[in-house]
Amino acid sequence: MKKSVHSILFFLYTACCLLPAICYAQQTISSAELIENAKQLDGKEVIYQGEAIGEVMIRGNYSWVNLHDGENAIGIWMPNNFLSLISFTGSYSSRGDWLEARGIFNRACAMHGGDLDIHATQLYKIRDGRQVKHRLVTEKQGLSIILSGVLLCLLILQLLSKKLKKQ
Amino acid sequence: MVLKPTLDDLRGIGYYLGKIIIGLGLTMLFPIISAILFKEINPTYDFIIGLLICLIFGKLLAITCYTQKDLSWVQGMVVVALAWVAAALLGAVPFYLSGHWKSYLDCVFDAMSGFTTTGLFLAQDIDHLSHAVNFWRHLTMFLGGQGVVVVALMFLVRSSSGALRMYVGEGRDEKLSPNVVETARVILLINMIYLGLATVALWFIGIYEGMSASSSFFHGLCVFMAAFSTGGFTPQSQNMLYYHSLPYEITTIVILILGSLNFNLHYTVWLKRKKEIISNIEARTFFLTVMLTFFLVAIGLSKLGVYGDAIGLFRKGFYQLISAHTTTGFQTVYSRQFIREWGGVALIALTLAMAFGASVCSTGGGIKALRIGVICKALYNDVKRIMLPESAVFIEKYHHIKDVVFGDRQVRSAMLILLCYLCLYGLGAIIGMLLGYPALAALFESTSAGANAGLSCGITVPTMPGLLKITFILQMWIGRLEFMSVFALVGFFIAFFRGK
Repeated sequence: MKKSVHSILFFLYTACCLLPAICYAQQTISSAELIENAKQLDGKEVIYQGEAIGEVMIRGNYSWVNLHDGENAIGIWMPNNFLSLISFTGSYSSRGDWLEARGIFNRACAMHGGDLDIHATQLYKIRDGRQVKHRLVTEKQGLSIILSGVLLCLLILQLLSKKLKKQ
Repeated sequence: MVLKPTLDDLRGIGYYLGKIIIGLGLTMLFPIISAILFKEINPTYDFIIGLLICLIFGKLLAITCYTQKDLSWVQGMVVVALAWVAAALLGAVPFYLSGHWKSYLDCVFDAMSGFTTTGLFLAQDIDHLSHAVNFWRHLTMFLGGQGVVVVALMFLVRSSSGALRMYVGEGRDEKLSPNVVETARVILLINMIYLGLATVALWFIGIYEGMSASSSFFHGLCVFMAAFSTGGFTPQSQNMLYYHSLPYEITTIVILILGSLNFNLHYTVWLKRKKEIISNIEARTFFLTVMLTFFLVAIGLSKLGVYGDAIGLFRKGFYQLISAHTTTGFQTVYSRQFIREWGGVALIALTLAMAFGASVCSTGGGIKALRIGVICKALYNDVKRIMLPESAVFIEKYHHIKDVVFGDRQVRSAMLILLCYLCLYGLGAIIGMLLGYPALAALFESTSAGANAGLSCGITVPTMPGLLKITFILQMWIGRLEFMSVFALVGFFIAFFRGK
């Protein structure tokens, strides 16, 4: 009897832990789904995740942040008080913060000239971005030296043949 | 009887091709400087390797094929056709070394798309590209817009008649000055003036819209090179949507239209006659076809209620239409939205706009407004002749920089090129359909490639079949050169094997 109660409590506890994650996972939508089902999702609240790429573009009291989820980038329109969450944006030298934006999806936003965008009401940071250090690939350096040598030999051969022709 | 090409023919072709490849290699100095400025060490070596490979190939050809003879018409056209292939193959080297492309074929695809100012792309993870590689993508468009051969003509070709044959072989037959080398320099001068003015404008707009000064300058320069060359690449994966900016879009519309106009028209309007813009048959035809196709786009979008207001219709409908008609390829909508939301009428209108294309002797592609104008005028004149009394005599003329008397030769030439383009679009569409794509989408993408437009409805992705990649590469190449050079190359090969 005691074992059954413990088992039931254990399952209930596990379910409570997993339930937000399950609901959470079910609600997140990809950029491809947003684009393919834009008409159906127009005006609805969505949860979208992606890497902040490019730059944060401040426009008055609001800003544009473009989030790329691996397939497409979607523009997120957010109030400036959300910007304190963002440390890195994606570029050659950095991986951007992986953010989750919750807000209203617009298929053709009337405020923004028909853009497909999300007006964020909440923003969370899922994963920090970081600087990316690109180490020199020494094979490229070696290949450059070899090719320079080949070119030099060609130029010397050309000079010699010109001199021989003159003689 | 077809004459077999001689060793002298091959030498001439090899020598000038070598010179052009050397010129191409030297242009890689610009991304090397960019890589050094941005402290991008691996891209620096990527472009040094690319530069050295071009110089080695070019020098080998120039040395082994050395000749002092001038080029014949056929040789000039063969040089041009091969130069564009060489540009795509060698221009792809830095792309391949960067690691952002799935295969070398994808790199060649993007290089050909760049040089032919198409704008379709297979690059992956563009938002993490180095500044140097991104700059090279856009520089290929600027070079291609001038004409790969035109760039070489300015510095590397000593003889004027050989230069003329290559210039014409690149699909340009309008001369701004009696000397074709001088013409090439005038074209570059026009471009450099616009580059200065437009880059500064985009720079300031970018800063106003919240970008940093350095980033805004880089974006402004890249976007100008792509816009004026009616190319379509942008520094970010979202294309023009990245900026979410009406001023940016309006400025790029102005640049697109400037880039799509005949260089001769620019020269005449700025230095000779401002009213030429109104009286010119090409400018008038371009204006009329833009209005007609926009009318169709507007009807199509309004019927489906895609955009709720005039601003949306302008920023999406008109912008995409002008991007298509100038064969630029900038997108303010996602590719799949064309198929999912725009509907058949608007999509057909966009396809027609791409097919019609820009102007002769411009950076644009497509059939070209002058040819459409000449054909329509010829049709009008034929109907008029039927309506008039038999004894009536009238001289048929049109105005293009100067008054030109209508002749069968001009109409025949325009009709032939029109038919060639229609076949090009159709063949690419058939191959797309055979590979399983829907008919309208296949036609849209094929026309985009053949007209060097660059709009995509979602077919052009890294996972598309290799056969279709090759098909589009060939379409971009043939479309850019307007057939004659490619036909000359094919004829040359046939003559080589079957000639006497």
